[in-house]
Amino acid sequence: MPPSIEAQQLTKRYGQFTALSGLDLNIHGTKCVGFLGPNGAGKTTTMKILTGLIRASKGTALINGVDVASDKKTALASCATLIETPEIYPSLTPKEALSMLCEIRGVPRQDRNKRIDDALARVKMSEWADKKVGGFSKGMKQRVNVASTLLSDPEVIILDEPSSGLDPRGMSEVRDIVMSLRDRLVFMSSHLLAEVTEVCQEVALIDHGKLLVYDTIENVTAKFSGGGGAVEVGFAGNVDEQLRARVSKLPGVTSTTKSNDRHLLLKYDTAVLTQDKLLESVAGLKAGAITFSQASGLEDAYLSLIKETL
Amino acid sequence: MSGEGSKAAVGSIAHVGIAAKYNFLNYFRARRFYVMLTIILIIAGLLTALVGYYRPPGFVDGGALGFYGAGWGSFASIVVVLSAAFFGGDAISGEFQNRTGYFLVPNPIRRSAIYVGKWLAALAASTIILGIFALAMLANGLFYFPGSIPWEFAESFAFAWLYLVAAMSLAFAFSSLFKNSSISVLMSVILLLFVFSVIDTVSSLVAGVEPWFSLTYGAGIVSNILSVPYPAAKTVTPLGPGGRFTVVSYNATVPEGLLILSVYIVVMAVLGLVLFERKEFTS
Repeated sequence: MPPSIEAQQLTKRYGQFTALSGLDLNIHGTKCVGFLGPNGAGKTTTMKILTGLIRASKGTALINGVDVASDKKTALASCATLIETPEIYPSLTPKEALSMLCEIRGVPRQDRNKRIDDALARVKMSEWADKKVGGFSKGMKQRVNVASTLLSDPEVIILDEPSSGLDPRGMSEVRDIVMSLRDRLVFMSSHLLAEVTEVCQEVALIDHGKLLVYDTIENVTAKFSGGGGAVEVGFAGNVDEQLRARVSKLPGVTSTTKSNDRHLLLKYDTAVLTQDKLLESVAGLKAGAITFSQASGLEDAYLSLIKETL
Repeated sequence: MSGEGSKAAVGSIAHVGIAAKYNFLNYFRARRFYVMLTIILIIAGLLTALVGYYRPPGFVDGGALGFYGAGWGSFASIVVVLSAAFFGGDAISGEFQNRTGYFLVPNPIRRSAIYVGKWLAALAASTIILGIFALAMLANGLFYFPGSIPWEFAESFAFAWLYLVAAMSLAFAFSSLFKNSSISVLMSVILLLFVFSVIDTVSSLVAGVEPWFSLTYGAGIVSNILSVPYPAAKTVTPLGPGGRFTVVSYNATVPEGLLILSVYIVVMAVLGLVLFERKEFTS
């Protein structure tokens, strides 16, 4: 049976506030699914219900077909989790903390040391294996937390913003780890759309506690990005209004947005213009364009969907 | 793909043992264990020095039983309360406030196994502290009364340990009630050191009712067992001219004390467990 995560009419209320409102989500098979939504949309609430940290007010959360509320032990038997940024008992070493999880998860004694060593090596924490966690930085603790999800060969992995607290190098390493886990079912929330685009095949987008869309990234992008293409152009100097106006007047360019001092996000009509022609046109302006990269269509789709629900 | 075949199902009793083992390791290495140990050694050291220097009649003139009654009988309850508050007061609330629960709870382990495991670890750490204090008292006793260890001291130690179990259950219940560690520790200390004592006094002196519902009243057997004869269950003392007023004091008998402690152990342990099972990890 393929691994699965299911939310059936999942509802969570905190007094008058409804964090989740009848969420239905069925994910089956081995893949990486990004879980997106603005702050307060209900992502972490969903993940906490799926992992038994909180109870649903209504509805059912199932992992591999087992109801988490009524039998958390069985439901999470083959599910590794990383919710928010957990803390580890400060007097324990990473090796001891991971050993505790190995024992809880029934990893055979003869395999434990190897699995712990491998997991710590993957998150580059081997040299800290025998130091007390209490003295670690937030990023180092998060690396150990990521290692904890690799111990027991789980079928399902639930990750709530796994890159949180990590430096750019750490974020890149976590992305590589998640990509290597795509032979399982990975359900990962993130605010980093580029990260989701890079590592996930599918995406579920929620807002106000309701599912807006669940599909492959290609389909979501095609359906909701408003059509056309988008590229980001980097300039050697600052982008001023004059330069932005010149770029806006290029044939086929439908809109320009200054993404920072030296970058412009260009949207263009793919029926009029191809990317290479656009590159030629921008270079032809002799305005100091030095980088040219395809912008994420997911961001466009995200903004379009979230705007619609405001 | 999955290594399911290489994993063994772990029973809940084994989970209790795992939770207890690692929590004990955490307690044993934590600063608070050594702070508690220092407090106990200071109390024991002060007692040793004061008795050695001043030789108070209450300690040295009443025989071995009197010595243990004045030393162990007076201070064992304080050691019990401090240990329970130190090790149990934030055992559960700390999982929420310090976010360690996010590491442990979302795993294939029942919350009840975590709760019982933590409870056993806290009890083990506290028992070590109580044991060290008892050894210090014993060493003093043997110095002044060589070769004479009254049987009542062993009974008193057993009662003190039972009081520790009950106090730990109460501290865990408070720890499950609050999400703030400081509040739960403070509440445990205030309740065990002051509130119960006030209830005992008000109930006996003002209302003239035996405080059978009070934990510290039941724990009175820890020191009472070292008194010869065992204090009367009810004493009425006339006060004022012509005995117009009376002061009523109660002492739990050993069976009463054991019953009160046992009820607290069961009720508070269940209450704490139910609270922990229902508590949510919300930010």
